[in-house]
Amino acid sequence: MATDPRFDGPGPDAQYLQALNEGRLMLQHCEDCASVRFPPALVCRSCGSPRLTWRLSPGAGTVYTATTVRDKAGDYNVALVELEGGARMMSRIEDVPSQEVRIGQRVSGRIVAGDEPYVVFTLADGAAA
Amino acid sequence: MSHPLRGKTAIVGIGNTKRWNAPGRSPFDQLQEAAVLALEDCGLRMGDVDGLFCAMSTSGLPVLNVAERLGINPRHADGTMVGGASFLFHLQSAMSALVNGLCDTALICYGSNQLTAGGKLAAMPDPQPYEAPFKPRYPISSYALAAARHMHEYGTTRAQLADVAVAARDWARLNPDAYVRDPLTRDQVLSSRMVSDPLTRADICLVTDGGAAIVVTRAERARDLPRKPAYVLGTGVAVSHRQISAMPDLATTCAVESGQRAYAMAGVGPKHIRHLMVYDAFTINTLLFLEDLGFCAKGEAGALVSGGAISPGGQLPVNTNGGGLSCNHPGMYGLFTLIESVQQLRGECGARQIDGVELSLAHANGGVLSSQATAILGTAATL
Repeated sequence: MATDPRFDGPGPDAQYLQALNEGRLMLQHCEDCASVRFPPALVCRSCGSPRLTWRLSPGAGTVYTATTVRDKAGDYNVALVELEGGARMMSRIEDVPSQEVRIGQRVSGRIVAGDEPYVVFTLADGAAA
Repeated sequence: MSHPLRGKTAIVGIGNTKRWNAPGRSPFDQLQEAAVLALEDCGLRMGDVDGLFCAMSTSGLPVLNVAERLGINPRHADGTMVGGASFLFHLQSAMSALVNGLCDTALICYGSNQLTAGGKLAAMPDPQPYEAPFKPRYPISSYALAAARHMHEYGTTRAQLADVAVAARDWARLNPDAYVRDPLTRDQVLSSRMVSDPLTRADICLVTDGGAAIVVTRAERARDLPRKPAYVLGTGVAVSHRQISAMPDLATTCAVESGQRAYAMAGVGPKHIRHLMVYDAFTINTLLFLEDLGFCAKGEAGALVSGGAISPGGQLPVNTNGGGLSCNHPGMYGLFTLIESVQQLRGECGARQIDGVELSLAHANGGVLSSQATAILGTAATL
């Protein structure tokens, strides 16, 4: 069976998780329109191109918006972080009381390892709203 | 030149079970009752239904389940599921099917037991691995993230959000069928328990049971039926994302696009609309949709509602049944926006009736600000 070699290999979610497990945050960049894609997919959301290339992200970004979820077991932060380059992901800002998370704060990411690894953020040094 | 679908179909029958707390009734029970009421309202029989449109959060195969229970064999069907906006997507689909002869009598219907089933949305097999680790409370945290961004960009305040809830309650107090009719003040909303900042318990819609249905047919047939037809002048739908983390701009929804499409088909603009229903699952929704549908400039809806515009006696009556915030909200609320628009056009609304309504806009939202659908209905005078 002759499959299209452009789509050979593990799917984009699997490639993303594999990189996280190896300690690298990789994001897809569109070779046609230069947008950055997250969550991973086979096509660029901006232009529909399938020509996406993985590049290492330094994990630096800013808080786009945030909420404090009031839970009986304790309040916790849920935020959307805009990574440098444009991709946006849901995450949490750690090591700071949730109420003190502000839109516009600069943050830096770190990988939480596990079966389903994910990225969390802390305030970058000297960050201010 | 007029759009080929403008005014070619009409909502001729409405059914609303008004059973907001109905232990022992399944979602299908609510839906069937609403379907019977809607058909009786327009003098048609179950056997006349040859186009079936439905969506339920509790059924993965809603068309099959509903057709079996109603005992019908539709020759056209659509079970599009885009959350609470589904039924306005169905309306647009029904218009095309009717005009093109794929069916003659379209039934759009819904039923839910969300309150008596425990007050929770049925879990859909739709995992979100990129959000799950952070435990956002669905759907409120998604709307909270949008509200926080709107406040940041435009200076919108919690007091302005509270004014949306108060306006909805003031309308509900004029509606004997509204589920919650106690007086509500801005201070009560502001001092309500915070759930996901900046939204409190009072910024969140009700959780109720309920069933709703409408019957849609071609305009020439509508004139022979007993009820005053609510002509469908224009519709527009739009889809922008699934999860809130993928919403392009959290302070602007794709109601901008659904609204523009509906206005273009209807040949009218927001300045012509004096009554509207917007899907207020959360107080921030009303502000976003007033802006995105063109009833004020971006960022100015907070000031608009605080000035009393959308309240009883205001110049722009919004959600005159009391809305999802105070009338009813059985999981997916979209069909109830259309039913109130039809009742206003018929002049059936009693103490909450707006004088001289010839045009009404109904707008519905689905997912987490994900899908948007706008419908513009009018009386015979607007054709």
